[in-house]
Amino acid sequence: GPLLQSERPSTPGARARSGLGLMNRTKGDEEEYWNSSKFKAFTFDDEDDELSQLKESKRAVNSLRDFVDDEDDDDLERVNWSGEPVGSISWSIKETAGNSGSSQEGREQLKSRNSFSTYTQLPKPASTYSLSSFFRGRTRPGSFQSLSDALSDVPPKSYAPELGRPKGEYRDYSNDWSPSDTVRRLRKGKVCSLERFRSLQDKLQLLEEAVSMHDGNVITAVLIFLKRTLSKEILFRELEVRQVALRHLIHFLKEIGDQKLLLDLFRFLDRTEELALSHYREHLNIQDPEKRKEFLKTCIGLPFSAEDSAHIQDHYTLLERQIIIEANDRHLESAGQTEIFRKHPRKASILNMPLVTTLFYSCFYHYTEAEGTFSSPVNLKKTFKIPDKQYVLTALAARAKLRAWHDVDALFTTKNWLGYTKKRAPIGFHRVVEILHKNSAPVQILQEYINLVEDVDTKLNLATKFKCHDVVIDTCRDLKDRQQLLAYRSKVDKGSAEEEKIDAILNSSQIRWKN
Amino acid sequence: MASAIGSLPQHPETTEKSRPVPENSEANGGAGCPAQDPDVGSHGADPLPGKKDLFIEADLMSPLDRIANVSILKQHEVDKLYKVENKPALSSNEQLCFLVRPRIKNMRYVASLVNADKLAGRTRKYKVIFSPQKFHACEMVLEEEGVFGDVSCDEWAFSLLPLDVDLLSMELPEFFRDYFLEGDQRWINTVAQALHLLSTLYGPFPSCYGIGRCSKMSYELWRKMGEEEDGETKGRRPEIGHIFLLDRDVDFVTALCSQVVYEGLVDDTFRIKCGSVDFGPEVTSSDRSLKVLLNAEDKVFNEIRNEHFSNVFGFLSQKARNLQAQYDRRRGMDIKQMKNFVSQELKGLKQEHRLLSVHIGACESIMKKKTKQDFQELIKTEHALLEGFSIRESTSYIEEHIDRQVSPIESLRLMCLLSITENGLIPKEYRSLKTQYLQSYGPEHLLTFSNLRRAGLLTEQAPGDTLTAVESKVSKLVTDKAAGKITDAFSSLAKRSNFRAISKKLNLIPRVDGEYDLKVPRDMAYVFSGAYVPLSCRLIEQVLERRSWQGLDEVVRLLNCGELAFTDMTKEDKASSESLRLILVVFLGGCTFSEISALRFLGREKGYRFIFLTTAVTNSARLMEAMSEVKA
Repeated sequence: GPLLQSERPSTPGARARSGLGLMNRTKGDEEEYWNSSKFKAFTFDDEDDELSQLKESKRAVNSLRDFVDDEDDDDLERVNWSGEPVGSISWSIKETAGNSGSSQEGREQLKSRNSFSTYTQLPKPASTYSLSSFFRGRTRPGSFQSLSDALSDVPPKSYAPELGRPKGEYRDYSNDWSPSDTVRRLRKGKVCSLERFRSLQDKLQLLEEAVSMHDGNVITAVLIFLKRTLSKEILFRELEVRQVALRHLIHFLKEIGDQKLLLDLFRFLDRTEELALSHYREHLNIQDPEKRKEFLKTCIGLPFSAEDSAHIQDHYTLLERQIIIEANDRHLESAGQTEIFRKHPRKASILNMPLVTTLFYSCFYHYTEAEGTFSSPVNLKKTFKIPDKQYVLTALAARAKLRAWHDVDALFTTKNWLGYTKKRAPIGFHRVVEILHKNSAPVQILQEYINLVEDVDTKLNLATKFKCHDVVIDTCRDLKDRQQLLAYRSKVDKGSAEEEKIDAILNSSQIRWKN
Repeated sequence: MASAIGSLPQHPETTEKSRPVPENSEANGGAGCPAQDPDVGSHGADPLPGKKDLFIEADLMSPLDRIANVSILKQHEVDKLYKVENKPALSSNEQLCFLVRPRIKNMRYVASLVNADKLAGRTRKYKVIFSPQKFHACEMVLEEEGVFGDVSCDEWAFSLLPLDVDLLSMELPEFFRDYFLEGDQRWINTVAQALHLLSTLYGPFPSCYGIGRCSKMSYELWRKMGEEEDGETKGRRPEIGHIFLLDRDVDFVTALCSQVVYEGLVDDTFRIKCGSVDFGPEVTSSDRSLKVLLNAEDKVFNEIRNEHFSNVFGFLSQKARNLQAQYDRRRGMDIKQMKNFVSQELKGLKQEHRLLSVHIGACESIMKKKTKQDFQELIKTEHALLEGFSIRESTSYIEEHIDRQVSPIESLRLMCLLSITENGLIPKEYRSLKTQYLQSYGPEHLLTFSNLRRAGLLTEQAPGDTLTAVESKVSKLVTDKAAGKITDAFSSLAKRSNFRAISKKLNLIPRVDGEYDLKVPRDMAYVFSGAYVPLSCRLIEQVLERRSWQGLDEVVRLLNCGELAFTDMTKEDKASSESLRLILVVFLGGCTFSEISALRFLGREKGYRFIFLTTAVTNSARLMEAMSEVKA
C-alpha cells in the first residue's frame, strides 16, 4: 500500500535504529500550525480582510521561524538507503512505485521504512530554503535585507495584481478586442476568441502583433488559429517572409508530431536537407529491426548532401549486416557447439550498435573468418572503409581482451620485400602498451611493446608506471644515467633479481656514466 | 489540497492565473519567494476538495522537494503520489491531480487516462496544474483529444527557486534547446515575469544592460509588463543597482570548458541537481549514497566552492588537523569542562566532521576519475584550443578520443570547442571527424550534427570561397525580396564566432610571467587555471566599469550583436550607494558554476555584490546533451 495511507508513530527505538539525527518536530506540531485559525480560507472577496490576515500570518510565520532556528536542528536529514531524504517527494514517489513490485529492493525499503516514523522530520531549516538569508547581515534600516523584509513593505497588491482588477474583466468575452488587446490577453493565458479575425489582413496583423510582443506562447496560439483557418499554401507563403513565426510553426509541428505538414512545409520552402533529415529522424521511433531497415531503405534516395547520403547508405548497410549476424550468432550460441560463445556468452544483441562496436564484436567472435563472410572483420573494414588506425585499435582491444597475444603480435608484424619482419603500429606503441595494460597483459608482453616505444622519456615513464623493471634498468644503462638507476634501486624489492641486476650494472667498470 | 495546488478559477476554461499569497511562503519551509509557493492562495476555494492522488512530472520533483514535503501534501489531502510516466495509472482515486510542465506529451498522457476512464464508464475529476505556466498549444491538444472541459487547468507560477544566498534558478533546462536550437520564444514571458516579480520586490533597477537577442526581447516584454501594471514600482527605492542580461550564445566557449573550481568540478563529475548532489558509495565509503545540499550553509563547502581544485586538498587537510586538535582538547578536561564541551562544542564539531569527510571523499573520488581519464592531457588540449596553437595536435587528440569511443558527449564538446575557437572546421577535417564520430557512436548522430550546425556550435568553413565573399552574398540575399529563402546553413555561416579576435580585444588569455599562482588569483582566469578569462564575465566587468557599452563597439560587432547590446539608465537619485554595488546577472540559456565563481571573485575585488538568475545551472555536458538527438 502507498506510504501515505498509514501512519507509523515515531518511537525512541526507531530513532535509535535509524542511527541518524532526527528532527524534533512531529506531525502534531505541523498539523496544529496548519490548522490554526490564522490560516482561514482565502477568497477573492473582502480584499481588506484578506490583506490584514496575510499580515498576521506573516507575523506568525516569522515567529515560527525563530522557533525553528532555535531548535536542535541537527541538520542530518534522515535519508533512506538510496540517499533520498525520508519524507521528500522524490522518496515518496519511489515508495509508491517500489511497493507495487515485490523486488528485493522494495522489500528492503519497506523494512527500513518501518524503522522510521513516517511523519516526523520534515521541517526543513527555513534558512536554507528561503531567500531570507539572501543578504543577511545588513542591519541598517531601509537597506537591502531579505526577501521577507522586502515583502513587508511592498503593497501586497503587487503579488496579486489580479485581485485589484475589476471583476468584470474576467467574464468579458467581448469580440471587439483589437489585435494588440487580443495578444495581451493571450499572453496572460486568458481565453480569447480569434474568430473575428477573418480577413487575411486581420490575421496577419494579429500575427505581427504577437511577434512584436516576443511571447512564443502567443505566437504559437495565433499560428494554431492560422493553421486552422488558412489553406496551407497561403499559410506557408506568408510565413516564408516571417522567419520568427516560421520557426515557431516548425517547432510546433515537430512537437505535436504533424510530420506530414512539416514535410510539406520544408518542401514548399525548398529546404531539401531539412526535409530529408526530418524524414530520416522517424527511424528512431521504429523498434522492429526489419521494419527499421526497410524504412532506412526509403531514406537512401532523399536529397541529403552528398556526404550525408553516404552516411545514410552506410546506416542501412550496417543494420542489414547486423540483422544477418545477429540471427546467425543467436543460433550458434543456443546450439552450444561453438567454443567462443560458450566461453564468452554474448551480453547484448549487436543490433543498432555503432560500426566500431560491431567491428569489435566481429574481432571478438569472428576474427579468423574469411573475407567472404559478412561477419568477418576484414569484410567490415572493406565495406565501410574503416581507416587502418581505427581497425588496428579495435582489433587490438578485442584480441587483448581475449588474451590472444599471438594475434596481437601478428597485428603489428609486417614483412618487407626482403622478407625481414618488422613491428609497426599506426596508432603508436605507447597506445598499444596502454591498451594491453588495461587488459592485464603479462609483464613479458608489456615489456616487448614498451621496448618498441621510440621516445625514450615516454618509454621510461611507461616502464616505470607498469613496473617493467628490465626495461627501466636497461634504458638507464643505455642512457648512462647512474643517478636515475640509483634512484630506481630504492624502488625495487630488497634482495630481488632486479636489485641484483642493478648492482651488477652499477659495479660494472665497462660503463662510462654520464653522472 | 486546495492550497497546495492553487485556486480554482471561477470558470475553469478561463483559468485566471492564481496568484500566490506571499505571507504563507515560509510556512512550508518556504522558498520565501511568493510567486512559487506551492501553497498558492485560496485556502477556501479548493480546486479539488477531498482526497486525491497527485501525479508529478519527474523534472518538477527536485524543485518541489526544495520547498515542500510529503507531510505538506498530506495536509492537502493528497493520498498517493505518482510520477508522470508513460504507463497506465493504477490509481483508484476519484480525483486525479497532475503537476506538470506545459508539454504536449503530458497532455497526451492526461488525455489517454481520461479517455480510458470514459471508455470504462468511469467518472473522475481531473485537474492539471501547469508550472510555471500554461501554453495554448497544451489546451489545443486537450481540445483535440476530446477531453477539454473534462479536465480543469490551473497554473502555478513557480519560476524562481533560490538555490543559494546569491543564486536563483528558474529550473528550466529546456530553455536552452527551445530557444537556441528551435528558435521558440515560449519561455520569454516566463523570464519577463520573473524579472517583473523581482522588480516588484526590490524596486526598479536604475541601470539595465544586456546583450543578445533573447535578452533584448525579454527586457522589452518585461518593460511592457511594467507599463501595464503601472504604479506598482513607482516610488519604490531601488535596492538592486544594476541588472545585466546575457544570452548563452554570446559565449559558448566558457560553457564548453572543463571546470576546475571545486563547485564546477563537483557539478561536472557528480551532477548537482537543484542545489544538491547524490554522493554514491565511492564518496561516502559506505554501502549507501548520501544526498548532500550544497550551499553557503555548508561551512566547509562554502570555503572551498570557489577555489581552484589544486587548493582544495591543502585546505581540507588543514581543516582536518584543526578539528583533530579541537577534539583533542577533551583530554585533561575535568567533568565540568567536559560537560561544557559536550553541550556547546561537540555538536558543531560533529557537524564539521561530517562535512569534512563528505568533501574529502568527494575529492578523492574526483581525483580517481580524473586520473583515469587523463585529465591533464585533456586540459592541455583545451588550453591549446583557447590560445589557438597546436591545432593539428588538438585535432588528432580529439580524433583519438572518438576512435577509442571515449564518452560521446566529451568528444562532441571538444569538437564544438575546436569549431568555435577556429571559426568553424575546415571542410576536410569536418568531414573526417564527423565520419569517425558516426562510426564510433552511431549513424543516427547525423541528426545531432545537424542540430549543432543550426545552433552555431559546430560549423564548417565555407569551402573555396572566402568567408567575406559568402557574407556579402548573404547580405545581398537579405536585402533581396527572397529573404525567407536563406537557409539555416547560410545564417550560421553569417554568424561567425570570431573568438580569436574577441579574445585579443578583451585580453581573455592573460599573459603570464612565470607561474600563475592559483592560491592567490590575480584575475578571473583562475577559474580556468589562469589560462582564460571567461568571456561572459569579462563582458560584464567591462560594461560595469564603463557603465555602458561605449568603447566596446568592435567587440559587440564581432559578437554579432550589433543591434542587440543595450543600456537603459533611469535617473534614480533614490538609489543608495549600497544598492549600486548590487548587481543582478541574468543568464538566458544557463550559466556555469565557473562563471559564478569568477564573478564572485570580481565582486570581492571591486566591491560589487552579484546575484545570479539563470534559466538553469548548466555545464558542457548538459549543453551537448540538449543538442543530442539520441536519448540515452
